Amino acid sequence: MIDSTILAEAEAGHLPLAESKTREALHYALRNRKVVGGLAVVLAFLALGLAAPLFTDHGPNDFVGPPAAPPSGDYWLGTTTFGQDVFLQFANGIRSTFLVGFLGGGLAALIGMTVGFVAGYRGGLVDELLNMLTNVVLVLPALVVLIIFHAYVGVTSVPMQALFIGAFSWPWVARAVRAQTLSLRTREFVDLARLSGMRTTAIIRREIAPNMSSYLVMTFILLFGGAVLFAATLDFIGLGPTDVVSLGLMMNSAVRWSALHLGLWWWFVPPGAGITAIVGSLYIMNVGLDEVFNPKLREE
Amino acid sequence: MRRYFGRKLFIYALTFIVAVTINWMVPRFMPGDPVLRMLTRTSVSNPDAIAPMRAYYEKVFGLDVPLWKQYLNYWAELFQGNMGVSVWLFPTPVTDVITGAVPYTLALLLPSILLSWWAGNKVGALAARRKWLDNSVLPASYVLTATPYMWLGILLAWSLGLVAGLFPIAGGYSFDRQPTWSAAFLADLLAHWILPFLSLFLVAFGGWAIGMRNLIIYELEADYASYLEALGAPRRLVRRYAFRNALLPQLTGLALQLGVIVAGALVTEIVFGYPGLGSLILNAITNQDYFLLQGVFLFIVLGVLIANFAIDVVYVLVDPRTRIGMQGGSA
Repeated sequence: MIDSTILAEAEAGHLPLAESKTREALHYALRNRKVVGGLAVVLAFLALGLAAPLFTDHGPNDFVGPPAAPPSGDYWLGTTTFGQDVFLQFANGIRSTFLVGFLGGGLAALIGMTVGFVAGYRGGLVDELLNMLTNVVLVLPALVVLIIFHAYVGVTSVPMQALFIGAFSWPWVARAVRAQTLSLRTREFVDLARLSGMRTTAIIRREIAPNMSSYLVMTFILLFGGAVLFAATLDFIGLGPTDVVSLGLMMNSAVRWSALHLGLWWWFVPPGAGITAIVGSLYIMNVGLDEVFNPKLREE
Repeated sequence: MRRYFGRKLFIYALTFIVAVTINWMVPRFMPGDPVLRMLTRTSVSNPDAIAPMRAYYEKVFGLDVPLWKQYLNYWAELFQGNMGVSVWLFPTPVTDVITGAVPYTLALLLPSILLSWWAGNKVGALAARRKWLDNSVLPASYVLTATPYMWLGILLAWSLGLVAGLFPIAGGYSFDRQPTWSAAFLADLLAHWILPFLSLFLVAFGGWAIGMRNLIIYELEADYASYLEALGAPRRLVRRYAFRNALLPQLTGLALQLGVIVAGALVTEIVFGYPGLGSLILNAITNQDYFLLQGVFLFIVLGVLIANFAIDVVYVLVDPRTRIGMQGGSA
C-alpha cells in the first residue's frame, strides 16, 4: 500500500510536532494497544518462521504424509494432494516473507531517503533531475515492470527478488522525504550547522534526518508491508524463487493443482491469512506509532 | 494551464520512452538467453539444425544489426503498431491478441476503481469522529487493505462460487456459449464478472476508507473548521467542507495507487481465469511468449499514463487554486 495520507501530510508540510525523545516515545509506545498488539502478532509469526526448521528433520517440500488429508493431530494444517505437510510449508514460508520484506523494504527505504534528502537539500538542477526520475518511476506500474524483469532474468532466490522489488518501490518515499527536507532546510539550526562548516552529508545525517526519524520508521514499516505483498503477487503468478517455499508459492501451487475444486481449503487459506495477518499488524502498528510520535492524535 | 500540462505530459512522455527502452533492453542485456530458451522449447533433436534456427530467430528479433540500429528499428516497428507475432497463438499478431483482451480488463478495472474510490471516501468520511462506526469500519478496512488481491479472489471463488454455488468461477463466459449480443449471453457475462469485480472492489475500498477517515480528522482540526464552528455553522456544513478539501489528496492518491490496482486486477484475472490482460500475462509466461509479454507491458504502461493524465485534468477541474495559479495569479 502506498500511503497517500502520509504523503499528503508530508507534502503539506505537516511534521510530527515536537519530536519526542526516544525514552518518552518508548514510554508511550509500550502503553499503546495498537503498537503492542501489532508488534506481538508480527513477532509471533517471526518466531514461528525462525523456529520452523526445528520442528522436523525433513524439508518442507518432502512428501511425508497421506495425500490431501485434512488438518489433524499429526498434520496440523493437513497435507497437499502430494502429501506435503502444509504446516511445515507455512512455517518455512514465513521466513521468506520476512526476508523479502526486510531486504526489499530496506533497500526501497535506502534509495528513497537518499534521493529525497539529496533532492530536497541540494535543490536546483540536482533536485530537478532527481524529481524527474522519481516521477517517472512513480507512474511506471511497478508490478508489471517486475513481471518483465522476473520473466526474463528468471529470479531464483529471495534476496534477488527483494533487490528488484526495492529498486521499483521507493519513489513515494523520495517524494515525501524531499518535501519534509525542503521545509527543514530553511530552519535556523540547519543554517547554524551550515555556518559552522559541517559537511552536507553530516548535516543531512545529524541535523535533518533525526528530525524526521519517527517518520522514517513508519515509512520503513509501510515499505516492508508493500514488499511482502509484491513478493506474494509475483510468487503467485509463478515468477517466484525456485529454491525455497514462500506463502505466495503455496497459493500458486494450491490453485495450480486445483485445491479449490478438490475442497482442500487448508491448503490455500493459511498462506493468505498469514500474509494478511502480518501486513495488517504492521499497518495497525503504524497507526499506533503515529499516535505515539504525534501527541495530537493520542486518545484521551 | 499550458505550463502545468506541459510539465505533466513531458513526464508521461519520458516514462513511455523509459518503458519502451526497458522493453528493448531487458531481453538484450539481462542474463538469460531468450533465443536459446525458445530453441530448447522446440526441442530440436538434430544438433546441426540448431545453428540455422538460431540465425533465423536472431533475424526475426532483428539481432543481426548494430545495437543503435536495433533500437531505432524497434521504435519504427512500434509506431507502425507492430509488436511482433504471438508464439502462443501463432500466427496471430500480438496487437490483435491484446485488443481482444483489453475490454475484459477495462470492464473489471473501471467500475472497481471508480466505485471503490467513491464508496471508500463516503464510508471513510462517515466513520471519522464517530466512535462506533470508526471502531467497526477501521479494523475491517485495515484487514481488507492488507489482504493480497489473489487471496481474497481465491476465498470468494471458493466460498461464494464453489461452496455456495452462487456464481461461476472460471472464464469470462460459459464455455458452451458463443459471444453474441443476446440477453442470455450478457447475463452470463455479468455472472462471471461479479466475483472478480467484488474482490478488486473490496481490497481497494479498505485503502480509500482509511485514507479518507484520516484526512477528514485532519481537516476537522484545521483552523477554518474551528472558525466555522465558532460562527455556529451546522456540523453537516463543516463536514461537507472538510470532505471537499480531503478529496484532493485522495485524488492524488488515486493516481499513485493506479499501478497497484492494475496489478491487483492482473492476479485477480489469473485466479478466475478471466480472459483479460492478466490471463495473457500468465499464458505468455508459461509459453515463454516474450513478444506477447512485452506487448502487454507496453499496453498497461500506456493505459496507466492515460489514466494519470485524466486524473490531472480532473484535478484542475475540481481544485480552483490550480486554475488560478495557471492564469498567472499567485497560488
